[in-house]
Amino acid sequence: MADFFSWVDKPLDTHAVLNMIIGAVVILAFILGVVTYSIYFQRKLIGWMQWRIGPNRVGPLGLLQTIADVLKLLIKEDVVPEKADRNIFLIAPILAFFPSFMVLAVIPFSANHVFTAYSNVGVLYYIALSAMTIIGVVLGGWASNNKYSLIGGMRSAAQMISYEVPLAMSILGVVLMAGSMNLVNIVEAQISFPYVWYIVPQFLGFCVFIISATAELSRTPFDLPEAESELVSGYNTEYSGFRFAFFYLAEYVYLFAMSGLGATLYFGGWSGPFLPGWIWFGIKVTCFIFFFFWLQATMPRIRTDQLLTFAWKVLIPLSIVNLVLTAVLKYLLH
Amino acid sequence: MVSYWNSYLFIFLFLVLGLLLPIGAIMVIGPLLRPKNPTPEKLTTYESGVEPFGEAHVRYNVRYYLFALMFVAFDVEVMFLYPWAVTFDSLGLFGLVEMLIFLGLLAIGLIYAWKKKVLEWK
Repeated sequence: MADFFSWVDKPLDTHAVLNMIIGAVVILAFILGVVTYSIYFQRKLIGWMQWRIGPNRVGPLGLLQTIADVLKLLIKEDVVPEKADRNIFLIAPILAFFPSFMVLAVIPFSANHVFTAYSNVGVLYYIALSAMTIIGVVLGGWASNNKYSLIGGMRSAAQMISYEVPLAMSILGVVLMAGSMNLVNIVEAQISFPYVWYIVPQFLGFCVFIISATAELSRTPFDLPEAESELVSGYNTEYSGFRFAFFYLAEYVYLFAMSGLGATLYFGGWSGPFLPGWIWFGIKVTCFIFFFFWLQATMPRIRTDQLLTFAWKVLIPLSIVNLVLTAVLKYLLH
Repeated sequence: MVSYWNSYLFIFLFLVLGLLLPIGAIMVIGPLLRPKNPTPEKLTTYESGVEPFGEAHVRYNVRYYLFALMFVAFDVEVMFLYPWAVTFDSLGLFGLVEMLIFLGLLAIGLIYAWKKKVLEWK
């Protein structure tokens, strides 16, 4: 079955191309389902953590709540403010969304590579593409011609680029240990000798990674760009209907992608005993997503002046230390 | 035998689908379903209920620009470290020492910016 649908080691003919199209469309449908139910999971979870019930009216247990929300957004009027820079305003959500979907191409979901591109620059591809979303966010905030949006967009850009550096540097530790940027090879390096997930030797790197990832995703305690109480949700204040939906969608696709990246780099991706690979991958990703929502229910928002200095004065020196330690130890142990 | 052409074609398919979904939803399906009834009040910029004054395309805090410059310098240097990390085993001691010097320069740059108070937010 898996062999029939695989295309990575086949000659490039109609059959292989058809399999690729099937793979890509399945991932698209899958990610829309994941986003729908991670929003439901978030609302339910934070509800429980605050002693509320959460959504429970639409469908059994409120399971259709997010679908109702999406349908509502689809039939909302698409308002473009008179003073907005019209063309940029219109394309910004598309620019923000498409890289979020593209990064999923290199995440290895399971041991057979039906849904994963075998790319030797996997990690670099992820970092480069995820940075493109910043352009969409800044353009959206600027083109709205709204003061809240401008501040939100600027804050987003400053935050995302500042935390991009420690994120890339902490991943470097894993690349150094595995000797490859290919995410498939990184998982394979963790399930061969010395049989240890990189969370153990790269614990410092993982701490830097998870903090930077939270900031890259603009999740609490780093949700200043969209601070509802002061910026009226920042760069997307002026957006309505499906344009707003695509900003929102991009955010949750990244939540899944970043969780998948974390699970792949530090927790051995699809590896695990007894159960099939994709179930293990799902369990690990769910734990990551749970962690991000848990933070959201627990932490207060940090201040702007603490935000950027924390990245540059704490995380970047720590990630340099982690990199030097990894390199020296790897050299000495060989 | 793994074919890289296949993988890059697959990535290209992701690009196509990633553009088709928002364009299709916003520009093809959306106009059929949503109302279009703009009124002057609806098209004004939101500013917490008061009449908006002035433009939002104004000068903003120069701090953002400094952080952007810092980012360019550091991110490019991090990108240089990636190929080194992949070929670490074959470079041996030479590669290790070279990169320690490089990281030292990076750290000096960071300390310089720190002392010049570029990293303060006031």
